[in-house]
Amino acid sequence: MADQGISSPYQPTLAEMVKIERLTKTEKLFTLHLEGGRDLGHRAGQFVEVSVFGIGEAPISVTSSPSRNGVFELCVRQAGDVTGALHRMEPGSTVGIRGPFGNGFPIEQMRGKDLLFAPGGLGLPPLRSLINQVLDERESFGRVIILYGAKDPSELLFKDELAKWEARDDVELHVTVDRADESWTGNVGVITTLFPKITVTPRNTVAVTVGPPVMYRFVLMELLGKGIQDGSIFLSLERRMKCGLGKCGHCQINNVYVCQKGPVFSYAQLKELPEAI
Amino acid sequence: MPFKVIDKKDMASLVTSIMEEREVVGPVAKDGKFIFAPIDDYSQLRLDHNITLLPPKEFFLPTEEPILKYKLGAAMHSEPVIEATPRVIMGMHPCDINANWLLDLAFSTDNLDTNYMEKRKKAIIVGLDCNEPCDEHSFCKSMGSLAVEGGYDLFLTDIGDAYMVEYGTPAGMELLARHKGAREATNGDMSRFRAVQDAKWPKFTYKLEMNISDLPNILAISYDNPLWEELGKKCLACGSCTLVCPTCYCFDVIDRLELNLKEGQRLRVWDSCQLPEFATVAGGENFRHARADRLRHRFFRKGKYLTEMFGKVGCVGCGRCVRACLVDIDPVEVYNTLKRTSTPRGWGEREVAVYQQRS
Repeated sequence: MADQGISSPYQPTLAEMVKIERLTKTEKLFTLHLEGGRDLGHRAGQFVEVSVFGIGEAPISVTSSPSRNGVFELCVRQAGDVTGALHRMEPGSTVGIRGPFGNGFPIEQMRGKDLLFAPGGLGLPPLRSLINQVLDERESFGRVIILYGAKDPSELLFKDELAKWEARDDVELHVTVDRADESWTGNVGVITTLFPKITVTPRNTVAVTVGPPVMYRFVLMELLGKGIQDGSIFLSLERRMKCGLGKCGHCQINNVYVCQKGPVFSYAQLKELPEAI
Repeated sequence: MPFKVIDKKDMASLVTSIMEEREVVGPVAKDGKFIFAPIDDYSQLRLDHNITLLPPKEFFLPTEEPILKYKLGAAMHSEPVIEATPRVIMGMHPCDINANWLLDLAFSTDNLDTNYMEKRKKAIIVGLDCNEPCDEHSFCKSMGSLAVEGGYDLFLTDIGDAYMVEYGTPAGMELLARHKGAREATNGDMSRFRAVQDAKWPKFTYKLEMNISDLPNILAISYDNPLWEELGKKCLACGSCTLVCPTCYCFDVIDRLELNLKEGQRLRVWDSCQLPEFATVAGGENFRHARADRLRHRFFRKGKYLTEMFGKVGCVGCGRCVRACLVDIDPVEVYNTLKRTSTPRGWGEREVAVYQQRS
């Protein structure tokens, strides 16, 4: 039977959903508060394993900045059993949380540099955690350029925040959609069409891009085309994850467990991993 | 002397005595083959078996194991479930002892897995040497796993009408001290033991066309070898190889609710990187959808990645995958073909350049 004294890395901490906000047709933003009130203590770019007891566990990136304490936020797309169950919940519901897992973005390497962020679609939530942490310490960084692409205007995430970033004069924001609707007056085209609009000082720039697998090769070409170095380009790779502990094997890319050595990788590292992109 | 002897006529009473203290698992006959199973009676124990269908890994990593139980509703809570039965596992051959050592490292390095380790701590391993190959499919000598340097509590060698016993750990010594049956080794026993050892090694064939320590390097330059596509066409992605493999430990985690919908369990179950859904995510993307890629991944893991992660060769040459494979894929043939086709002239300039580019 259960041995009372022995801990298990599979045991979640309970968390309450204090707020639920619908962002789009398929995405909701959940604000969570851990039992006991402690901070999640995450780095931007890390993820948690969210448990819906009876259904399962799913890995979700933390979208709130570590510099905002007490609660943390998860932006979840309804895609499968666990995320479907999360979408059916009401505020006050309880879930289990394990983590945070993974390595997070190397923010230490970014201080003093110009930052070029290129989130595509659902790649914005993990990157938002880093962007807000950077904006909370704005003087430590050079230029902040954000190039954001979504499929169409209805799929744009965090519209209020985008407006706030647009309004700041120390952030350069460009947004595009693959397909416009009648009211859209902004850029139309895939995310790569935004790159010609900006110039960077390659040696002083760190780039971070997160998005669907198909996007990476094309954005990489743009970043390398601007002369940014392999070791200064970071990507966050998703894979199927279960244990979060580097044991169950599902998240492997060649010889690396993404839940341990990733999900954030530099392009220099990815050149050694043929299965990566 | 660090050696004791158990005469075969005394084994029955020794094992029966141990059975009063804890569960004894050993090779038993089943439908003309052998499997590891708990015994109810000494007569079921078949230390004369050649090799079991499945390795004894299920006693450390069960095919299905609860890891959490939870209650839903207003008083929602969960607690870990860690089951560990004290056992003696008898008759583990060198291949399986070495494989188990690798599993021990996998579950204790970087994030201790208490479900595995509690079972491991409560298991006493009594190994048994192989005096001759189990059959024509095993290639343990090639993989360096015919020798055991550790990973056992006691190690037996059949010297005719008795077993020579080597101590591995204090737990092994104490087991023999608690139960009558072992005696001091005589000089006659020792010379029979040496004769058995001398006769053993020539009976096993080294089948790899390279030094085992070169295998990771051969693989490093074989990523794009056309052999993978060929094998991918043959392979059925049935997962039999991973099922019977003593160093495979990938698992899935599933939730199972009780019918009352008020409580349930989270279970860990065996999984296989060879099955199509292994790398599939909820959105539909499959990060290793080609069969040839999944097959290549398995050989790289066994021949290179595991070795580099844990310092022990990832494949122990037990040959179970060869026996189980429905389309006769054999690691020895695969590795030898890679050696021949990736390095036609030995370490030529082209191969060195490709290897340097990758590292």
